[in-house]
Amino acid sequence: MKIMINGKSYQASPSETVLQVALRNGIYIPHLCYHQRTGPAAKCRACVVQVEGMNGLQTSCNLSVRDNMKVITDSPAVKAAQKMVVDLALSTGKHDCLACEQNGDCELQDAAYYLGIEHPSYQVEIPDYPLDDSSEFIYVERDKCISCGRCVVGCNQNVVNEVINFAYRGFETKIVFDQDLPMGTSSCVQCGECVQLCPVGALIDKRARGKGRPWNLEKIETVCPYCGVGCKLELHVDTLKNEIIRIKGVEDSPTNEGMLCVKGRYGFDFVHSPERLTKPMIKENGQLREAEWDEAINLVASRFNEIIEKHGSDSVAGLASAKVTNEENFVFQKFMRREVGTNNVDHCARL
Amino acid sequence: MKFYRNVVLIGIDDDSLQSGAREIETLLKREIARHNLSDEINVVEAGALGFFGTGVTLMIHPGQITYINVTKEDIPEIVEEHLLKGRTVSRLIMDSVYSRGYDFNYKHRIVLENSGLINPDLIDEYLGTGGYEALEKALLNMSREEIIEEVKKSGLRGRGGAGFPTGLKWSFTAPLDAKQKYFVINADEGEPGTFKDRLIMEGDPHKLLEGLIISSYAVGASKGYIYIRGEYKLCIERLQRAIDQAREYGILGKKIFGSDFDFDVEIKVGAGAYVCGEETALIESMEGKRGQPRSKPPFPGVVGAWQKPTVVNNVETIANIPGIISQGADWFRGFGTSDCPGTKAYTIMGDVSTPGLCEVDMGTSLRTIIDNYGGGMKNNRKFKAALVGGAAGVFLSDKLLDVKMDYNNLHEYSAVLGSGAILVMNDDVDILEMLWSVIRFFRHESCGKCGPCANGNEILYKLINNLRKGEGKKTDLDQMLQISEAMFNTSFCALGQSLLLPVKSAVTNFKEDFLKRIN
Repeated sequence: MKIMINGKSYQASPSETVLQVALRNGIYIPHLCYHQRTGPAAKCRACVVQVEGMNGLQTSCNLSVRDNMKVITDSPAVKAAQKMVVDLALSTGKHDCLACEQNGDCELQDAAYYLGIEHPSYQVEIPDYPLDDSSEFIYVERDKCISCGRCVVGCNQNVVNEVINFAYRGFETKIVFDQDLPMGTSSCVQCGECVQLCPVGALIDKRARGKGRPWNLEKIETVCPYCGVGCKLELHVDTLKNEIIRIKGVEDSPTNEGMLCVKGRYGFDFVHSPERLTKPMIKENGQLREAEWDEAINLVASRFNEIIEKHGSDSVAGLASAKVTNEENFVFQKFMRREVGTNNVDHCARL
Repeated sequence: MKFYRNVVLIGIDDDSLQSGAREIETLLKREIARHNLSDEINVVEAGALGFFGTGVTLMIHPGQITYINVTKEDIPEIVEEHLLKGRTVSRLIMDSVYSRGYDFNYKHRIVLENSGLINPDLIDEYLGTGGYEALEKALLNMSREEIIEEVKKSGLRGRGGAGFPTGLKWSFTAPLDAKQKYFVINADEGEPGTFKDRLIMEGDPHKLLEGLIISSYAVGASKGYIYIRGEYKLCIERLQRAIDQAREYGILGKKIFGSDFDFDVEIKVGAGAYVCGEETALIESMEGKRGQPRSKPPFPGVVGAWQKPTVVNNVETIANIPGIISQGADWFRGFGTSDCPGTKAYTIMGDVSTPGLCEVDMGTSLRTIIDNYGGGMKNNRKFKAALVGGAAGVFLSDKLLDVKMDYNNLHEYSAVLGSGAILVMNDDVDILEMLWSVIRFFRHESCGKCGPCANGNEILYKLINNLRKGEGKKTDLDQMLQISEAMFNTSFCALGQSLLLPVKSAVTNFKEDFLKRIN
């Protein structure tokens, strides 16, 4: 089917919403609560558009496309409404971009930029929310929260940890952990799904604070080294220091769809650890010494051969790591069965 | 049946209970017994007699003599003078306390026809007025389609505020082939100044119950819920008693009146959120979730409570159903206007002589309501404004005093009928203060789901506070209009959209009250 957006015709499929078609075609409509993984919430109301034949403005995030639908996203009336919604959001929080970690990667900022809002038009006192830095990896600044609800959906429906929810009412609405506990004492397992989904700087990576602007960090995609699931990671690397600053899940990865566990997202300090082994070690007379790869591999191969010759193939066994990929495990068992000649092969993925 | 020389109705409602109605009732019975009159005089508990701020109220039949502000000290005198000797106690009679007489308008009552006349705790009294005959007719002699057709023909429109045609609403749900459908009565009467539903439920709970059973039969719902606000303790008590009695009489349960219709009702008690009067938020709350509205479509009539088709109707709407079924759509069309037939229950408050409740034909003008049912302006002060429709209503100036009030006609004057609350203000009242109170209310009741409502209310509150303190600027007024306009255009549900009417009407109709605070 086809729909018209601002006078131009676009291909659409019946399962899509107006916002999805627009974004797919590079037409920006301000949106703060919609995320592809949390679905339409129609909460922020910034994505309102005009549709021919419908009364009033419609939120495009939860508006299913119909054939020959005629949508206007940039008329003066539409933009005025969008502008007021975003202005109200900016006016009622502590949205000072200069020192904000999310600067440059903030969806509220994007919306304000698109709508040409230089300063919030109104000023109100915001409730005095204390900073919550009680948890290991996540910094919670409720002054910046726009109550979009993405973290709530992410926590309850995506990763199903069921820690975050809204509490209180109206302007005093805030996200809480369990029964309004500090994040550090709540049942949160620090998977960081909420940080990944937060459109503003309300939930941020604690250890990355002050360590680099989003545009200064190189984004490198890789696979998580921890377990066999193979989640896709996006490393944010300070290339000059050769240091990983933060890790995000890759949203369009079919394996993890952006989600990560606490180890994958925050357990990367070993990369830069001085205690990390970077060379093989050989034990001689009870002492470990550094060696080269050729020497170490030759030593292992020759010792294996000796044992096999003396005691037979079944006197050795192979234990593979669950951290490596399926393909590597496949190669390993093939090696054990065909080259070594034993079925004694196992892996460590045990609970 | 026993006949009595006199019947004393004592109005038992939340208002009179606070003034010690129960104590007075006990004392009254004791005094009557002391004079050996117990066989001749019957004391009957009734719902509210129709007016408020009048403490404990007694109405003595025959003669419909109404005593107001009755205290314990007055009881011996009333019993001795009126009940024994037949002389009225003139200093307590309502007509002498207020300059004008009070018009009970019994002939034009539909939903309140029994209120204040029968004992709401006794199903037999309701049966005695012809109660449950409409149900019998509906179940045994009418098809579901015929009932819906009759309701459509009657032109009944939802009395909760929006005025959506009731028959049309039902016709979305009735044809759906679902194993389970629900019918929900919205008794979460939260609009400030509105207490019509409370008085209907307190005064005549069986009428609502009868209407609910007929309506559920029409749409094919086998389970009904009455979602009622927690503060309405007496309503909950009386409704529960009515439900228990109906079960006992076989009016609820399996195979009602020998038909193949099974039905039961449950009361769900709300926890005090204005937004839960919005039907989707009400459903969320009923399911045990946070009371916040859902996206529409799908509408509750198709996907409602627990994902099942659910019709949600207001108390007053459903209390009209027994009358429409038993006496027909044409009878109902004999009341009100052609666009909006029937009657409307109004609650009149503020600077009038007899604040309270009245039921009048649709299309009655504000002036008539104030003069005939509110007893005119208190102390003969000058009328300045009326806030019609509750907090989400409109500040009307005296220019609209003679406009016929119904859903369509008021719309032409950018006003709404809403829930039927009328707050009358005399020339002493500062509209800025009134609007402040309205905004403070909405700020408190915003559920926080959507941005424009939560944030907009906060900023409106800040702006009007500045004006109140004399620190406001003229541009603040424009900003208030802009914000409420944007809230109207973008808010998730009717709560956030509601601010536009009061803000716009106050600032345009009573601009001088705002300008005088601006330097």
